[in-house]
Amino acid sequence: MASIQVRDLSKVYQRDSQRIPVLDGLTLDIPDGDFVALMGPSGSGKTTLLNLIGGIDTPTSGQLLVGGTDIARLSGPALAKWRSRNIGYIFQLYNLVPVLTAHQNVELPLLLVKMSGRERRQRARTALEIVGLGDRLDHFPRQLSGGQEQRVAIARAVVSDPELLLADEPTGDLDRASGGEILDLLERLNREFHKTVVMVTHDPHAAERAHRVFQLDKGVLSQ
Amino acid sequence: MALPLSYNVRNVMQRPVSTLTTAVGVGLTIAILIGALSLAAGFRAALVQTGSADNLIVLRKGANSEISSGISRQTAAILRAYGEVATDARSRPLLSPEVVVVNNRRRVGQPGNSNVTVRGIDHEALVLRRGVQVVAGRWFEPGAAEVVVGRRISTRFEGCRLGDRVRFGQRDFTVVGLFSANGATFESEIWGDNEVLMPVFRGEVFQSVTFRMRDPARFDAIRRELESDPRLGVDVQRESEFYAKQSEMLANLIRVLGGFITIIMAVGAIFGAMNTMFAAVGARTREIAMLLVLGFSPLSIMVSFVFESVILSLFGGLVGCLMALPLNRIVTSTTNFSSFSELAFGFRVTPGILLTGLAVAAVMGLVGGFLPALKASRQPLAAALRGA
Repeated sequence: MASIQVRDLSKVYQRDSQRIPVLDGLTLDIPDGDFVALMGPSGSGKTTLLNLIGGIDTPTSGQLLVGGTDIARLSGPALAKWRSRNIGYIFQLYNLVPVLTAHQNVELPLLLVKMSGRERRQRARTALEIVGLGDRLDHFPRQLSGGQEQRVAIARAVVSDPELLLADEPTGDLDRASGGEILDLLERLNREFHKTVVMVTHDPHAAERAHRVFQLDKGVLSQ
Repeated sequence: MALPLSYNVRNVMQRPVSTLTTAVGVGLTIAILIGALSLAAGFRAALVQTGSADNLIVLRKGANSEISSGISRQTAAILRAYGEVATDARSRPLLSPEVVVVNNRRRVGQPGNSNVTVRGIDHEALVLRRGVQVVAGRWFEPGAAEVVVGRRISTRFEGCRLGDRVRFGQRDFTVVGLFSANGATFESEIWGDNEVLMPVFRGEVFQSVTFRMRDPARFDAIRRELESDPRLGVDVQRESEFYAKQSEMLANLIRVLGGFITIIMAVGAIFGAMNTMFAAVGARTREIAMLLVLGFSPLSIMVSFVFESVILSLFGGLVGCLMALPLNRIVTSTTNFSSFSELAFGFRVTPGILLTGLAVAAVMGLVGGFLPALKASRQPLAAALRGA
């Protein structure tokens, strides 16, 4: 279950003596298996909301239930464990480890799970085959194109079989063709593998792939 | 679970320039440490190898070295007749009353003079001192004006080569042989017949008597018996302990000085490693944040970076070991403060010393890597993901 329930959620950053409100009393429901796009101008709080849903940041007030877990109440180590089991995160700049091969990058999340080395290698290979990179297992990130790097990042996000995928501008650094392939892949993961996808994007074409699009402006949400 | 080892190893290899710079800094420190330890070990080994636990050395009561000792002919005769002295196949006691003097000689290839120990021995000394053997020429003949020279000093002092003539007092002696002694300090001495050398140096006493015990297990009883004999007035020690004790002061001094220099250099090298690791953490902010997002704990990130620093320093330690290895067996010399004469010995780079060097390198990596690793593990996730 990866349904997301956001109730009266606020986030305020404190810079020296200055209070910077980013999200202001947000309420939102994303059912299990949904594909949602978050849009809005820079500084509107899209990435902050994504980070809160992913347990990367903590809310100032309000309630945030992900899969029934009130993640605002989880402490550091528990939150890290929860993330490793429930969240697949896809970054705009891929964030692959440059000194590890595609296969080793994808294996990383599985190091946190009790699993034999053989099973780990097999699952990483399967994830890479799903994203169409079964023939690039031993390539290092520098030997891959941007689109291929992002596909490796998606394989890394899904290898531990989380129910929720969070994507922060996944096509933001790619040309239109490569971006299209990534969106195809996200759609397929949503449709065939029933992953709940929450995607931050500036690109209206990318947002069209989502079932629903939410607009954020100055911390306030509209659909 | 920890990050894979390959992650750290490849990251170290990924930045060859900073890795090499840091490794050379750590390596120099470790090379100096190994140099000091191998110098002390070589000095100690030369002295320790000199003595045998089966032999016993007799000095005048209160004397702490041979040159400050004096044993009369009468005392030597009493000891020769002592029942605890081992005998050879022809029932001759394995005992050597010895004349020990220091002789000032001109060095070869270096300005100035230095002292050399000249030892007058009984022929039984050649049986007493296991491992002593002629490596060129022959032994001196009893009663003849002949000497043999330890192989380590034959080329370091004038008149000490095979066939040279060396003058003691008013008499010339011919160098008829060179000898080795398993690296013992005897290799830094000149040996001749004690009855010939004693009048040359105008002495009337021996400086020490060394004999092999019939039963070395009875050392304590022998010691009590000889030291309490009012006719003798002597102190008794195992030969091995006597020489080991001589090595303690200088070996400790070398170790302390070496350790002091190492600590000063290590501080610099630790800062070098720290700087490299801070740069590595700075360059990998997003990568570290990504690992934290995946669910790796801050502790595992910290351990990983400390480990990376240790790998870096161990590489430096290996460089240091390689720098120091050529020192092995290089012969150097110093003054033995117990005999005030020159003692030539070889550096001894032992596996134990190399391991000590590597262990110190690892500790340097641990210390140098701690703060950068702490920084890596504590960075705020959301800001780090933005690369802030």
